[in-house]
This record gives sequence, structure tokens and C-alpha cells, in this order.
Amino acid sequence: MIALLLRDLKLAFRAGGGFGLGLAFFLIVTVLVPFAVGPQSALLSTIAPGILWLGALLACLLSLDRLLALDWEDGSLDLLATAPLPLEAIVSIKALAHWITTGLPLVLAAPFLGILLNLPPSGFFWLVISLLLGTPAMSVIGIFGAALTVGLKRGGLLLSLLVLPLYVPTLIFGAEVARRGATGMDTQTPLLMLAGITAATIALLPFASAAVLRINLR
Amino acid sequence: MIPDLGKYADAVLWSYAVSIGLMLALVAISVMRGRKVRSEMEKVEQRVARNG
Amino acid sequence: MTIAARANTLWEYANPRKFLATSERILPFFWITSALCLMVGLVWGFFFTPDDYKQGSTVKIIYLHVPAALMAINCWLMMLVTSLIWLVRRHHVSALAARAAAPVGIVMTLIALATGAIWGQPMWGTWWAWDPRLTSFLILFLFYLGYVALWEAIEDPDTAADLTSVLCLVGSVFAILSRYAVNFWNQGLHQGASVMRAGAITGTDTEEKVSNIFFYPLLICIIGFVLLFIALILYRTGTEIRARRVKALLARERVGG
Repeated sequence: MIALLLRDLKLAFRAGGGFGLGLAFFLIVTVLVPFAVGPQSALLSTIAPGILWLGALLACLLSLDRLLALDWEDGSLDLLATAPLPLEAIVSIKALAHWITTGLPLVLAAPFLGILLNLPPSGFFWLVISLLLGTPAMSVIGIFGAALTVGLKRGGLLLSLLVLPLYVPTLIFGAEVARRGATGMDTQTPLLMLAGITAATIALLPFASAAVLRINLR
Repeated sequence: MIPDLGKYADAVLWSYAVSIGLMLALVAISVMRGRKVRSEMEKVEQRVARNG
Repeated sequence: MTIAARANTLWEYANPRKFLATSERILPFFWITSALCLMVGLVWGFFFTPDDYKQGSTVKIIYLHVPAALMAINCWLMMLVTSLIWLVRRHHVSALAARAAAPVGIVMTLIALATGAIWGQPMWGTWWAWDPRLTSFLILFLFYLGYVALWEAIEDPDTAADLTSVLCLVGSVFAILSRYAVNFWNQGLHQGASVMRAGAITGTDTEEKVSNIFFYPLLICIIGFVLLFIALILYRTGTEIRARRVKALLARERVGG
């Protein structure tokens, strides 16, 4: 299992692996927002938590179709399916690798981008916590979508259409935590909901993803 | 004939127009496709039956 | 090969043939009764009911909005059930029925959204209010779109049936989650008040009483929508079955059979 994880991590960090692409996108979106809505700090302060959450979500989305596409193309997915490891575990490990290479960097970058958007001081901690809890869910949900569209020629757009509605609960609660933290309100309820959704998706969705991969590998 | 809908006449009439229009369009499209597929099936079946 | 044996190998399953035969017979009943109910219900509601003292004549919109919203949800539920039947029992008719139902659900959701927005405009002064119920329907609309898009994208019909069934299952869970999330998300803005007072009018809100004047035409409209839904599903599934048969026959021809 560790071997698979390390392999995926190595592939992501190699040239052409797409590492850093998500991060760059996150930065670009953050920079574009003031151009779109105007530079007034009060306005930016208010929308900063939501924009940062949205930027992280979209950056995650970007890297999803690479998740399985490369393995599909060179046949390693077929090999992995016949490996002694259960497909559910393989899918979970790939999601973990995705989170380490995409989600985690976004979480670490978020505070710096928060500065750009005048995020209120109390918001930094809660932004990071909410992203930390939410990005794993995005990886796990993302791999489900990637499994559905693996092998499709123009899968990327369809992948977005399928995955974005599934992201809505995580986005709502995650952004709510960040927003409430920024305004000093109590974050307990959305935090619990966010954590619950992430935990449930990590535990249950790999079964659906593995089932879908089996269907596609037939 | 049409009851006095007052100041909301536009809203009510547009709702009815849009809804009924969408439903009729759905039925029309379904029936048109249904007819097309049905005649195509009969054509192909006849051809297959003839060819043996 | 005798014709009978030929027929059995071309029709891979007895179910589709029986389905077509049965639906041919009962379809006229559903078309006619749905048209009757809809006409009676809408005419009664539009012409012969009074205005609501709070909402004026816009209350007449409930005769379309409420049934459409109900059908939008019921359609998804039907797709969920037929998807499960397909995954467990592999009845092709079931998978095709789910596929046939999706566009109907999309239209119902659109009607619910459009009437909701049009109703909201005079009430709230904006064309769109992120009211929890309307927002949930918008999300449902996205789920429907994704479902249809996936069917269209996959070439092999059995694979498509399998994948869309799993999507329907997973999507249903997330749709329910979203409903709670959206309610939570919007609770601060429109506290208690909702664009749709349909619940109040029909008495599904606990505070207000049933008003018979509105209830009966609404009931008839709901029944009409249900009958129309059944008619459309029966008809459209029949079309899907025939389309599948055409594809099978053409493939067989190409192979030289």
C-alpha cells in the first residue's frame, strides 16, 4: 500500500505530473477576484472566506481528470485491479495521494492568499481548519467522478458537471465555518457537519468508486 | 372571461404559459421521437425478415 | 431457423416484448385521464377559485408549481428505484425506464423553478431569491443534467446503465445532504418566510388551516401530473426499448447474421 502511495506521489511530482498547477490556479483566481469585484477592502473582507473556498474547490477539480487517466491509458489500472490489494484500498490511496499533492498545498497556501483578499485576522485559523477538513472530501468525491469518466475522450467537462453538485454540501459547510470564524461567530455546527461529511465520504465512497472502476474495466 | 388578476396578471399568465408550453413541448418531442423510432424499427424488421 | 426461434434470439429478454404489449394497451387510458384531470384541475383553479388575501391572484400559480415540484422529486425517486432494480436484477426495461424518466424530471424541475421565480418576482421584487426550497430544486436540476450527460457520453449501453445507476444512488445521498446544507445555509436570511406559501395554503404548514377552496383543484392537478408522468414514462420507455432493438438488429445485420 505504501508502495502505491509513494509511486503516485512520485508521478505527481515529476515533470508533467501537474504538481503546482492547482496551486497556480488558486493564486490566479484569488488575484482575479479583486479585478472582478473592485478593490474596496470592506467588500473583499466579506467575501474572502467564500472566494478562497471556491478557489480551492476549483483548483482541486482541475487536477481530477489526471488522477486516473494516465493509469488508464498505459494499462496500469488493469494491472492494479488484479493486484492482491482490494480495489477499494487502491482507490483510497489514490485519493490520499491526490490530497497530499493538491489539497494539502492549497490548505497551506490559503492563509497567504487570505492576505491578498483582506481576510479578517480571526478568519485565518478557521479558514485553514475548514479547508483541512474539507479538501480530503473533495479528493474522495473527485476520484468517484474520475472513475465514472475514466476513458472518456472529453471527460473533463463531464467530470466537472458530475462532481460539482456533489461538492455542494462540503462547500456550504466549509465556507460557513470560514465565514463565521472571520466574523467571530460560533463555528461548532458547520464544523461538525463538515467533519461528518468528510468522514462519511472517506469511509463509504471508495466502495462506490471501486464498483465504478470495475464496471469500466470490464 | 379571464378573471381579474389584478396587478399580478403578468406573473400568473406567464407561469401558465411557460409551464403548459414546456409540458406540451415535452409530450410533442416524446411522441415525435417515438414515431420515428417505431417506423425505423418496422423498416429494419421487415428488411431482416425478408433477408432471411 | 424458424421464425419463432429467430424472434427469441433477436429479443434477448421476454420482458421488453411483454412490456411493449402491455403498455400499448394501457397507454390510451393514461393519456386521456391525464389530459382530463389537467384540464379540469387547471380550469377550476384558474377560473373558479378566489384570490388569496395575502398574495392576490399569484396563488393560482400553485396549481402548476406544487404538482411540478412534487413530480420533479418523485421522478428522481423512481429513477432511484429502477436503478436499484437494474443493478440487482439486470432487467433492461428497468434501466431504460430510468433513462426515459430523466428528461421528464428535468422538465418538471424547470417548471418548478420557473414558476417559483415568476412567483417570487412580485413577492420579493427580484427574479431569483436563494430561498432554500428553490435552491434545492436548482441543485436537483444539476443532478438531472449530470445523469443525462453521463448516459449520452458512454457508448456501451450496459456500461452506461451501470454507471448512471451508481451515479443515481450516490447522487441521491448527496441530494439529501444538500437539502439539509441549503436549509442551514439560508436559515439566517429568510427566517421562516418562504417564497412559496403553497404549504400554508394547502395546510401542509402546521400553522395554517386547510382551505378546501384551493385544496381540491390542487389535488386534481396533482393527480393529472402523476397520470401524465406515468403516460410519458410508459411511452418513452417503449421508445427506448424499440431504439435498443433497432441498434441490435442493425449490429446483427452488419455482422452478416
